[in-house]
Amino acid sequence: MSTEIAHETAHDEHHDHGPAKGLMRWVTTTNHKDIGTLYLWLSFIMLLYGGAMAMVIRLELFQPGLQWVEPHFFNQMTTMHGLVMVFGAIMPAFVGLANWLLPMMIGAPDMALPRMNNWSFWILPFAFAMLASTTFMEGGAPAFGWTFYAPLSTTFAPASTDFFIFAVHLMGISSVMGSINIIATILNMRAPGMTLMKMPLFVWTWLITAYLLIAVMPVLAGAVTMMLTDRHFGTSFFDAAGGGDPVMFQHIFWFFGHPEVYIMILPAFGVISAIIPTFARKPLFGYSSMVYASASIAILSFMVWAHHMFTTGMPVAGELYFMYATILISVPTGVKVFNWVTTMWKGSMTFETPMLFALGFIVMFTIGGFSGLMLGVAPVDTQYHDTYFVVAHFHYVLVTGALYSIIAAFYYWVPKWTGHMYDERLGKIHFWWSTIAVNVLFFPQHFVGLAGMPRRIPDYALQFAEFNQISSIGGFAFGLAQVFFLYIVIKTIRGGEKATDRVWEGATGLEFEQLPSPPPYHSFNEPPPVK
Amino acid sequence: MKQQTSPLKLALIPVLMFGFGFALVPLYDVFCDITGLNGKTGRIEASEIDAGLVDDSRIITVRFLAQTNTGLPWSFEPLVEKMEVHPGQVYEAVYRVRSTSSQATKGQAVPSVSPGLAAEHFNKTECFCFVQQELGPLEVRDMPMRFVIGPNISDKIDQVTLSYTFFSLDRG
Repeated sequence: MSTEIAHETAHDEHHDHGPAKGLMRWVTTTNHKDIGTLYLWLSFIMLLYGGAMAMVIRLELFQPGLQWVEPHFFNQMTTMHGLVMVFGAIMPAFVGLANWLLPMMIGAPDMALPRMNNWSFWILPFAFAMLASTTFMEGGAPAFGWTFYAPLSTTFAPASTDFFIFAVHLMGISSVMGSINIIATILNMRAPGMTLMKMPLFVWTWLITAYLLIAVMPVLAGAVTMMLTDRHFGTSFFDAAGGGDPVMFQHIFWFFGHPEVYIMILPAFGVISAIIPTFARKPLFGYSSMVYASASIAILSFMVWAHHMFTTGMPVAGELYFMYATILISVPTGVKVFNWVTTMWKGSMTFETPMLFALGFIVMFTIGGFSGLMLGVAPVDTQYHDTYFVVAHFHYVLVTGALYSIIAAFYYWVPKWTGHMYDERLGKIHFWWSTIAVNVLFFPQHFVGLAGMPRRIPDYALQFAEFNQISSIGGFAFGLAQVFFLYIVIKTIRGGEKATDRVWEGATGLEFEQLPSPPPYHSFNEPPPVK
Repeated sequence: MKQQTSPLKLALIPVLMFGFGFALVPLYDVFCDITGLNGKTGRIEASEIDAGLVDDSRIITVRFLAQTNTGLPWSFEPLVEKMEVHPGQVYEAVYRVRSTSSQATKGQAVPSVSPGLAAEHFNKTECFCFVQQELGPLEVRDMPMRFVIGPNISDKIDQVTLSYTFFSLDRG
């Protein structure tokens, strides 16, 4: 309390103060730029942690048979890899980008609820420490897959599952607080003249994402709470012996899970919609259709969850409904892809690193979208379900989709954040290295999946050996490329060619037009003029 | 002055959605009840059956499956594996359960019908699954189940499988 009072007094004395000195700055900060940085570093650490587990998986799958790890440990690796990447790498990275960018994009001095913002972040390291600690507990970490289907996660789960449940609760609380903050910031703190339909698309997609988050994270919290009471307090939500139903777990989980996948991709659409116009030197084609497409995707995402469950024995009418509804989503998504392509049409394009990653996103996310369409077709899903085809599909949309957009966003805005240009040569090496490696890694998984290789199994039939070897080599190369990315990040923060205020010739938006590079610790104390 | 959005009002959404997550549980049961999905069979009183509605022209094959879940030391099987039945007529199938435990054990049978759309037409007047079953050490018991398939069942269905799983009630 005394430090807070001291802080307030200091605030009154010099109005334009910078960050506090020492490590406590990061613990007590309420500054949106500091908290954005914290989120981004957390997500990078989680990317490397989840990536290390992916390396164990690819090492074991390098050859058929069991070479390096026990099957039970392999299952822990696939489970923790999924959880860490979804909740630890992708989601916090987008929240970090939101913290850094939203106030600067809408001309606000900071987030609406700065202290809650600090709390939203600082819950997460504890949640992930708790999740990671399960690996060292008796019985090992959760090993039931990131989707934690009952009864594997209730009746047959290790004791550490309770730590997992509590960690998920904390992540949910963090996400909900962060989202309320984002909605309040966007709706209340826009500079005069910044009408809703003038907001950059990144702001729009985050507004929609935040609504999705506050709607579905509590449902996930409900699902894990039911697991907890089933495990310890004698309820039978998912236990058929007591009148419950394990299939109901899947319905509740995917009612959260399907909007969740759009939570991980909508902000990516916003990032790409910022980068493509800059390097095509043309305004975004079809701005309002982009807004409506994002909103339609969000609404449709609540109505398609059972396409993850085509093999649970649904009646044909149900399969048909979920199949048509799922395929309908490709319409607004297609609108977006065509708008990006049309933005580039006859533009004066240049191919700096952010543009390369954005183009990589468009091409490879679309590949992932097409394999998603194939999976959405109920009769063929029966064959593809739980095979490596599914693994290939969601890694194309999450790695070359969501992760590529995060990397693109880093290269695009880091000169603004730090005032230093990154090394263009190293950035291009990073792009080509990653892109070749990631396709060597995931493309063959389509083939082994179609041939019937099941996911989440440490061993496989001999005929899949070559493709798995190729895949593993791509995996190791892609992992190494992200360590190289860490080097680029540190190098850029420590120094580099001075970035101009505009940074990119074609850049638009308040953060590029109204603020220097780097921006002052407190920007837009006075609302900027909005054209 | 533009309209302010209150964070406290926004916080109501997650609170309501947390409740909605739990509301999905009864909603799921009601939905399954109305549509007959999920293979849950119905129960009717013997007096409700109208003997005049027997459809002699149709024959439906009913197969019986029986299994015990882990943790219940019982063997469980139907005495006949399949029956050919007319819709509207009441039949009796008998299951035999044998405890292999030296202690008293308790179990509950849970039925499931496939195809799912047959479930709402598959009704029972008497069933060992209506109550918990308690077996003494090494006890053997023959348990009847009387059922009738409703005459309104879709004429596309000519085979129905009824599966029972016995779950242990001794845990905890």
